[in-house]
Amino acid sequence: MTKTKKIREPLIHLVKRDDLPGWKAWGIRALSIVGAFVFICLLSFIVLKRSPFQIVKFMFEGAFGSKLSTLVLFRDLSILLIISLAVTPAFKMKFWNIGAEGQVLISAWGAVLCMYYLGGKIPNGALIFIMLLSSMTFGILWAVIPAIFKAKWGTNETLFTLMMNYIAIQIVLGSTKIWAGVTSTGVLHPLQYGHLPQVAGGDYALSMIVAAVITLLLFFYMRFSKHGYELSVVGESRNTARYIGISVPKVIVRTLVLSGAICAVAGFLLAGGIMHTVGSGTVGGQGFTAVLVSWLAQFNPIAMIVVSFVVIFISKGTTRVMENCGIANSFFSQVLTGTLFFIIIACEFFIRYRVLPRKRHKAVAPREDLDDDSVEVVEDFAEPDIVIEEPLSEADDDKQETRDEDVEHSQEETVC
Amino acid sequence: MDKTVAIELKGITKTFGEVIANNNVDLTAYRGEVLSILGENGSGKTTLMNMIAGIYFPDEGEIRIDGEIVSIRSPKDAFDHRIGMIHQHFKLVDVFSAADNILLGEKYKGFDVKEEKQRLLDAFAEENAAFEAYKPEEHTGILSYMFAPKFHDEKEIKRKLSAVPLKKFTNRMKFGWLSRGRAKSLQQIAKKYGFAIDLKKRIHDMSVSEKQTVEIIKVLYRNADILILDEPTAVLTPQEIDKLFGVLRKMREDGKCVIIITHKLNEVMEISDRVAVMRKGEHIATVNTADTNEQQLTEMMVGKKIELNINRTEPQEPTDRLVVEHVSAISREGVKILDDVCFEARSGEILGIAGIAGSGQRELLESIAGLQKLNGGDIWYFDPSNDNEKVDLRSKTPLQIRNLGVRLSFVPEDRLGMGLVGNMDLIDNMMLRSYRHTITLKPEDGEVKEAEDCEDKLDTKIKLKRGLTKLGRGIASGAVKIWSSVFLDRKSPKTLAETIVQDLEVVTPSTHTPVRRLSGGNVQKVLVGREIAAAPTVLMAAYPVRGLDINSSYTIYNLLNAQKEKGVAVIYVGEDLDVLIELCDRIMVICGGKVTGIVDGRTAQKEQLGLMMLGRVCETEPQETLKEGVGDDKD
Repeated sequence: MTKTKKIREPLIHLVKRDDLPGWKAWGIRALSIVGAFVFICLLSFIVLKRSPFQIVKFMFEGAFGSKLSTLVLFRDLSILLIISLAVTPAFKMKFWNIGAEGQVLISAWGAVLCMYYLGGKIPNGALIFIMLLSSMTFGILWAVIPAIFKAKWGTNETLFTLMMNYIAIQIVLGSTKIWAGVTSTGVLHPLQYGHLPQVAGGDYALSMIVAAVITLLLFFYMRFSKHGYELSVVGESRNTARYIGISVPKVIVRTLVLSGAICAVAGFLLAGGIMHTVGSGTVGGQGFTAVLVSWLAQFNPIAMIVVSFVVIFISKGTTRVMENCGIANSFFSQVLTGTLFFIIIACEFFIRYRVLPRKRHKAVAPREDLDDDSVEVVEDFAEPDIVIEEPLSEADDDKQETRDEDVEHSQEETVC
Repeated sequence: MDKTVAIELKGITKTFGEVIANNNVDLTAYRGEVLSILGENGSGKTTLMNMIAGIYFPDEGEIRIDGEIVSIRSPKDAFDHRIGMIHQHFKLVDVFSAADNILLGEKYKGFDVKEEKQRLLDAFAEENAAFEAYKPEEHTGILSYMFAPKFHDEKEIKRKLSAVPLKKFTNRMKFGWLSRGRAKSLQQIAKKYGFAIDLKKRIHDMSVSEKQTVEIIKVLYRNADILILDEPTAVLTPQEIDKLFGVLRKMREDGKCVIIITHKLNEVMEISDRVAVMRKGEHIATVNTADTNEQQLTEMMVGKKIELNINRTEPQEPTDRLVVEHVSAISREGVKILDDVCFEARSGEILGIAGIAGSGQRELLESIAGLQKLNGGDIWYFDPSNDNEKVDLRSKTPLQIRNLGVRLSFVPEDRLGMGLVGNMDLIDNMMLRSYRHTITLKPEDGEVKEAEDCEDKLDTKIKLKRGLTKLGRGIASGAVKIWSSVFLDRKSPKTLAETIVQDLEVVTPSTHTPVRRLSGGNVQKVLVGREIAAAPTVLMAAYPVRGLDINSSYTIYNLLNAQKEKGVAVIYVGEDLDVLIELCDRIMVICGGKVTGIVDGRTAQKEQLGLMMLGRVCETEPQETLKEGVGDDKD
C-alpha cells in the first residue's frame, strides 16, 4: 500500500503563465464579474427569500430607477473615478499611497475653509478660484509630505499615508465643531456661498465632465509622456532608474504632487459642487475603494471607468435591495459588495496560474512490476494535493485551499 | 560496465507552459563514478536534475533508484532516497554557523513503539533462553558469576516495555536540544573527505568556496550517496577547483554516484568518467570521457561544427581614455569594498578584470558609471572629440556624466534588474538611454551622428527640426522644445530595436515582447546592442556572457572586439579565466577591493591569475610605452 501510494502524481498542478493575451485576461475578469453577480443573486435569494430576478430588478431600480438616481449614480461614479485616477500614477510607481481618503478630505476642507471665512465678502468667481487654490494646496501637501519622507529617508509610505488620513479627519472634526458652534452637534450645515456653477442645468454634469477630462489626460500622461515613462521605470526597478540617470526622489515627489492635485480636484468638487459643507464622512471611504478600483483596472485609466461603474452600481443596487426587502441596516449590502470584490480579485489567480489536473492514464499506467490491483489502490489514494510549479521562485500568497467555493465558476472557464 | 546502477531515468518529459524543458530523456548513473551532464544554458540540464532532487515533478516518465520506481515529490523525498543536490545558488542561512546550517532541517528519526517493544521482547526471550541453556559447571570461579546470563522475569519485562513510549519522548526532547559539541561530530565528516573548514564559522564570514564546502558536507551528513552539483566551478578559482575535484574523486572511491552539471569542457575532460550531452531538452548521447575529445563534445552540444576562436588584434595607438586614481569606497555596512584602486583604460584595447565574485568588480564599474559613492580618489575621462580634454567624473550622477558629453556605456551584471526593465518591451527598453533626447542612433551609422549627439547645441537643433516637421511650419522654437520634451518618441527606438533584432539575431516574437520573456542570451544581446548603439568611447561590461550559450557568448566577444577595433576603450569583467586570457589585452586582477596586479593578456598564466585572485600581489608590468603615447597626443 505505502509503495503504491508513493508513485502517485500530485492531483493538481498549478503552472505559472505569463503569456496570456490581454483579451483573454480581460475575458476572465469579465466572466468573473458575471459569475459574481450570479453568485450574489443566489446568495440574496437564499437570505432574503426573493426570486433572483426580482433582486436583479431591484438592483437596476436602485441604479437607474429614476432620472435623478441615474444622475446621482454617474456623479458618484465620476468622483470615485477621479480619486482612482489620482492614486494610479503613484501605484504604477509602486508607491502604495492609501491616503487618498485623507487627501480628498483635507482638500474639501480647504475649500470649505474659504467658503466659511470669505463667503459673501468677495465675488463668487473669485471665491471659487481661491477655493480651488486652497484645495490644491492642502491636497498636494497631504500627498507630498509622505513622498518627501519616502524619497529622503525611505519611510514606509503605506503607514505614513494612512496616518495622514487620521490627521485629516481630526482636523475636519475639530474645525467643523468650531464653525458649527460649540453647543451644536458639530455638523456643519451646507454653506450658501462658493457653489460651483451649474453645467447643463444641474449639479451633476460638472463632475462628469471633469472626470472625463482627467481620465483622458492621465491616460496620455501615463502612456505617452516622458514623465509617465519615468515613473513606470521607477516602479519596475529603482536600480534601472538610477542606472539611466533618473533621479528617483524627484520622480517620487513629482508624481505625488500630481496625485495630490487630482485628489484635490475631487475634494473641491465634493465641497463646492455637491456637499457645500464638510464632515468626517464627506469622502465616505471612497479613498479606499479607489485603491481597489485602480488595482482591478490594472492601472489602466480607461478600464477604471468600467470598474468604478461596477462598484457604484453594486453599492446603489444592493442598498435598494435592502430597502425593498425591509432590512434597515446595511450589513447585508456590505456582505454582497465584499463577496463581489472577493470573487473579482480571486480571478486574478487564474490569470496568473493555469490549473492542470493530473493526467491519470499516464501517471499510473500499468507497469510490469505492478499488478492491476495496485493501480486501483493508487486511484483510491488520490487525495487532493497541490504542487505549485513555476520556473521562478516567486512565492504567491494565493493558495488553492483558501479558495471560496464560488471561484469554481472561474475555474471552469480557465481550465479548458 | 560492471558497476551497479544508482539512478535510472526513463522517458522523462517536463514542460513549462509551451516550453519543453526535457523531452523523453533516458539517463543512467552508476555508483562509483562521476557523470558530467554537459549542455548549453537552456538545454534542460538543471531542470532534469531538479526533478531528481524533488523540486519539479516530471510530466511523464519514471525515475528508478536502485532498480525501484520512486516518486520524488519534494526535496524531502529526495533526501529519503539519499539524493543530495548542491544548487548553483547556495541555500544557506547567513547568520547561522556552518554546523547549524548542516544540522538545520534534520529529521528526528523516531522509532515505532510497537516495533521497539517487539525488539525488546525478542531480546529478553533470547537472554532467557541463554539463561536456561547456561550451565554454570562449565565455567569456573568468579567468571561463572560475572558472565552468567540474567533471567528476566515477567514483571521486569513488563516494566521495561511500559517505559518504551517514555523513552521515545525523551529521545525526542534530546533531539530538540542543540548540544554544545555539535560542531565536533560534524567535523569528523569534514575530515573524512579532507575538507579544511571550521564549522563554527558563520556563513556570512565565509568565502564562496567555503560555502560550497558547507553545502557538500550538509549533503554528505544526510547520508546522500547520489550527489548532484549544479555548476560547482562557476565561482571558484583554479586552485579551489582542484581542491573540489580532489574531494569529488574521494567520493567516487567511496562508491558514491556524483553528477556534475557544467558547460565547461576542460572540466568535463578532467573529472568525469562519462559525459551525458544534452541539447534543447534532449539527451543526445552518453559517452565515456576517455573515448572522446573536446571538439567532438562541442559538436554534440551545439549540434553543428563551430569555430571557437577569438580573434585578438593588436591595439591601435592606445591612448588613455579613462584613468582611475586611488579610488576607495565603503559599502553601506561600513566594509571597505574598494581600496586604493588605480588603473587606466586605453582606447582600442580590452582591459579584463578578473577576481573572485564579489571582490569589488561591480562597485568599481558602478563608481565609474556614477552609481557608487566614493570615499576618495579621482576618475578622469579624456574626451577624444575635444582634443583629449580632461573631464572629472568623480561624484557625478549618471545624468551629469552624460550631459558632460562623456560617452560611457555600461552593461551591468544584473541585466533585468539594472540594465533593462523586464516587464517592458524591447522598444521601451531601447528608450531607456535615449528617451530624453528623442534621437536614437542606429548601430551602423553611429559614427556619423556621434559628433552631433554629444553636443547639446546640436541636440536642440535636431529636436527643433524634428519638432518642426511634426508640428508644421511657423511654430516658435520654444513651443517645439516643450513639445519634444514632454512626450515620448517611440519611432526611433522602434527602428533601433528592429535593427538590433536583425543584426544581432535576437530571437523574439516581436519588438513588443517584454524582455523578461526572452532567453538569457537574447536579453544580453538586446542590452549590449543598446549600449553599443550609443556609440560609446568607453564600454564597460560586467559578466556579459554569464548564462549564455556558446554561440551567443562568441557573438558578444566579437561585438566587444569590434568595438575595440573602432577605438573604444573596453573594460570587460569576466569569470572564465580562459576567456579572459584569450580576449583581453591586459588583465587586472582584484581581490577584496584591492588591485593585486595588471598583467599582459598575451603572456598571462592561469595559475598566476588564480594566485592573484586569492590576494598575492604581483609586479605590475612596466608601462613606458603607454606614457610615451600619451605624451605624443598632448603635443
